[in-house]
Amino acid sequence: MAKGEIVLGCLAPHPPHVVYAENPEQNEPFSEGGWEALRWGYHSLARKLKGIDYDCIVVLTPHWQTYVGTHFLGLERFQNISVDPIFPNLFRFNHDITVDVEMAEAMHDAAAEAGIITKMMRNPDFRVDYGTIVSCHMLNSSWNKPIVTISSNRSTSYYSNEVMNAQAAALGEAVMKAIEASGKKVVLVASHSLSHRHFVTEAPLPEDMSREHIYNHSQYVWDMKLVQMMREGKMREVIDILPEMIEQTMAEAEGGGLSWMMAAMGYPDYPAEIYGYQSVIGTGNAIAAWDPNEATRQLVL
Amino acid sequence: MSEEPEIVLGLYVPPHPHPLLAPEQNEGWGRLRDAFDTCRQRIEESDADLMLIYSTTWPSIVGHQIQAHPKPVFTHVDDDFHFLGSMPYEFHMDAEYAECYREACEARGLHARTVAYDGFPIDTGSVVALKLLNPDNRIPACIVSSNVYSNRAEQIVLGKAARDAMLKLGKKVVVVVVASLSNRMFTEHIDPSDDRIHSAKDDEWNRKILEFFDNGRLEDISQLSRDIQGQIRVSKVVAYKPAWWMAATMGQHNNYDGEVLAYEALHGAGGAVIQLTPAKGGVGDKEFDEDDVEYYHGDRSVLDKGMI
Repeated sequence: MAKGEIVLGCLAPHPPHVVYAENPEQNEPFSEGGWEALRWGYHSLARKLKGIDYDCIVVLTPHWQTYVGTHFLGLERFQNISVDPIFPNLFRFNHDITVDVEMAEAMHDAAAEAGIITKMMRNPDFRVDYGTIVSCHMLNSSWNKPIVTISSNRSTSYYSNEVMNAQAAALGEAVMKAIEASGKKVVLVASHSLSHRHFVTEAPLPEDMSREHIYNHSQYVWDMKLVQMMREGKMREVIDILPEMIEQTMAEAEGGGLSWMMAAMGYPDYPAEIYGYQSVIGTGNAIAAWDPNEATRQLVL
Repeated sequence: MSEEPEIVLGLYVPPHPHPLLAPEQNEGWGRLRDAFDTCRQRIEESDADLMLIYSTTWPSIVGHQIQAHPKPVFTHVDDDFHFLGSMPYEFHMDAEYAECYREACEARGLHARTVAYDGFPIDTGSVVALKLLNPDNRIPACIVSSNVYSNRAEQIVLGKAARDAMLKLGKKVVVVVVASLSNRMFTEHIDPSDDRIHSAKDDEWNRKILEFFDNGRLEDISQLSRDIQGQIRVSKVVAYKPAWWMAATMGQHNNYDGEVLAYEALHGAGGAVIQLTPAKGGVGDKEFDEDDVEYYHGDRSVLDKGMI
């Protein structure tokens, strides 16, 4: 069997606003659009993904928060309605998700072997979080590939950003071992924004783009610093300064997604493909991808 | 109509699903369940016509959300403790009170909205409290969220708005706060029989807080919230808010008969079932200088003051 590999890594933020703005048939509310810079960026990345041969999408989401270890979805199918607890006016999404349980179990076992506290989630009534759904829908709206969802262990809350970084790195290395042993081609997804301070009020028409801007300038400066380092292929340095950025901007990377993905990918030193940046209710959102294949790697923006 | 709303009971209960789903697995979880059952019986014996819940496991960002679906139906599963089982529910909410509470919030400067959507994910803490305290939906309920960014002023105003709405509608209310005391859980899976409070420090602080509750000193606990947050709360959010809201909702004093019905570990966190019954006369020996707040004016926009 050929060695498994990561064929693409994606930083894929999950504000429900972008699904709301798309008006897919699965989502109940209707919108007049909005957040085009992000959505068009997602469309471009989704087109690239269609041209890549892969077996499953593995997503680490900060909206499945676990304090007792790291958990993995462990049933083949989840059909339900996902209503966003924060923005229920925007996101009430009827989903039908297929899970690559074999891959999930392999990752679970590899992580456990590495000393990470783990748990398979086998309760059929469990509701898949909206972070998973938003990122996966925007990357693959046909939902024709199975996914693996990994929970976000809250080591930032319990210990520190530095401990989160170290634990997420260990998880990334374990996941990579499982991928290699599986023989599968895998797309990794870190589902989160960059700076993450929200406005606490909402416009009467949420998609009124005249009201949308970053929460404050320091958030923007940090976001641009990271995007520039991504362009320059400085991902080891990005992970090194991430604890400081999280402290300064409440960055959603505190959930471990980027640290996990970069460790699994061996801290790429090649340029990231940047697909878009835009604020959503004050938070900073970048869409980026790391393509290990130099022949297909692009300068997008 | 009275100038004071009629609050018949105040309850402080833990959010974890163990007393609901697995009381037989640990003696302490069983004692918490017994305490819930005692509270349920006392609620039934009261003539309350509303149960108002503030749940620390329902976070919000856009202001304060208030549950207004008259009959929410779903099956809830906890993110961490999914292996303990599912929690199917069908509740009876007081939509009229929810709308009145929202109006009262807005009148006091708060951003608030009601939510009434099929399939809305009611949080673990609220589901546990409602299923154990009000299993037959004998009295209608209402749930208010805990805004992740809010701090003392906003929480106190949120509590006062709850009183405004109670007074306006003439409700007799059971006030329920769903929150841990110390909230640090073990980060590994444990045998239920091995459960204990995570550290001696957490346990000592919990017992001190319980002593205050037992003496009915709710306002004093409210005033100590920042110390409690610093000492025994994992910094998931900016502050320990439930005591601010509870004290403001129940009148900002120490005039209660307190009763700690149970105090046990829940995967390392401190879980207590506490009852406060309004009484005459109170105790307290503390003086505080933080302003009382009637109206929320929002952030002070420090960054706009030309300091940089």
